[in-house]
Amino acid sequence: MIAILDYGSGNIRSAQRALERVGSQVEVTSQYEVALNADGLVVPGVGAFGSCIKQLNSVRGDQVIKERLKVGRKTLGICVGMQVMFERSDESSDTGLGLLAGQVKRLSAPVLPHIGWNEVNTTLQMNLLAGIAGERFYFVHSYAALSTNKEVSIASSYYGETFIAAVEQGALSAVQFHPEKSGDAGLQLLKNWVSSI
Amino acid sequence: MTLATRIIPCLDVSNGRVVKGINFVNLKDAGDPVEMAAIYAREGADEITFLDISASVEGRGTTLENVRRTADQIFIPLTVGGGISSVNDVDQLLRAGADKVSINTAAIRNPELISDIVERFGTQVLVLSVDARRARTKSGFEVTTHGGRESAGLDAFDWIEAAASRGVGEILLNSMDRDGTRSGYDLEMIRKVRQICDVPLIASGGAGDLLDFERALAEGADALLAASVFHFGIYRIGEVKAALSRSGYVVREAHGVSEN
Repeated sequence: MIAILDYGSGNIRSAQRALERVGSQVEVTSQYEVALNADGLVVPGVGAFGSCIKQLNSVRGDQVIKERLKVGRKTLGICVGMQVMFERSDESSDTGLGLLAGQVKRLSAPVLPHIGWNEVNTTLQMNLLAGIAGERFYFVHSYAALSTNKEVSIASSYYGETFIAAVEQGALSAVQFHPEKSGDAGLQLLKNWVSSI
Repeated sequence: MTLATRIIPCLDVSNGRVVKGINFVNLKDAGDPVEMAAIYAREGADEITFLDISASVEGRGTTLENVRRTADQIFIPLTVGGGISSVNDVDQLLRAGADKVSINTAAIRNPELISDIVERFGTQVLVLSVDARRARTKSGFEVTTHGGRESAGLDAFDWIEAAASRGVGEILLNSMDRDGTRSGYDLEMIRKVRQICDVPLIASGGAGDLLDFERALAEGADALLAASVFHFGIYRIGEVKAALSRSGYVVREAHGVSEN
């Protein structure tokens, strides 16, 4: 069973339907135990970093994620749900979960938000992007992480500057774009993730 | 590695049905928005916009149901506009599966609504729809409401700056002079609005010729919305993208990935 953590952030119906489309049984939940014990946990997130972190913490989402990763349970952050995995963000004084080293910054580009379909590339073998590296995915964001630990597998994209579009670090996966809104390539990414569980 | 230009077909929906005629599919009546959205998605649309022009509460309910059905089947972004006048309206649409909402008249009547929506849901959900036409105002363009039938008594550029300062994710700039004419986007308006706004700019109103699309991009548009040219089957989305690609613009190819 895949759980989608419902902590009041955004449209999770699309993520639910997209996961169901690739054959998963999905439960939307804000229950600690359910989220902790699910085979896979999706952490969505839209809006501002600070309000996301506050809402996430209010359902003990921070603890759920950390506990899951300790025992190697697959967890996927999407959009701001990826950003909260880093140490902090320029957008807010609230601290992130610090599971990924580094900081989320406002992109340097003349037009923001970065909205639309952009290429995601990697030179590494990443499970998430198996068969779809170089495809375009749908982004909606103004902030992104530019760098992290060397040990973390990353895929990048470019908008004004190069930023991290996807990461894999052990059981933790995260994407800055919206796979649930990225057509066939996005569904394939979700399928890749689900298959890894 | 560059962001692709978005091509966005817009479906006018009334009481749950598409109201503009669509020739290239042989539907018995005006058209099912869910079916049309699926066709456009398959053809490579980068987003879909539903413009709800229902006058009745029942019509709005039907639209919500169509948003649900569309979001269940189509995994590309869906924007819904028309008749949104409260944070609760936005909440309902997002819960039904819309990714973004576009607001127009209600924001003019109550600019605070922009701030309220942004505070609750973030700027990324909000598309400010500006129906502008040429007039003797400061910028030479004024804002209209009710589908271009009434003047809002506002200079278009003053309004865009005021609204943008509250935080909108995108601006949908619709030329009421060109809407439905297929005589080309209002290039001067796009160029001038580009100079005063630093959020993505969606050009709308007047697309008729393949060259119209790249002309709008040359003036600084980030995305291109069109209705008639697609509904009447004058161009397929793929043809527009191929033409843009030949002229050196980056587009997302609709080759897809097999779903087996």
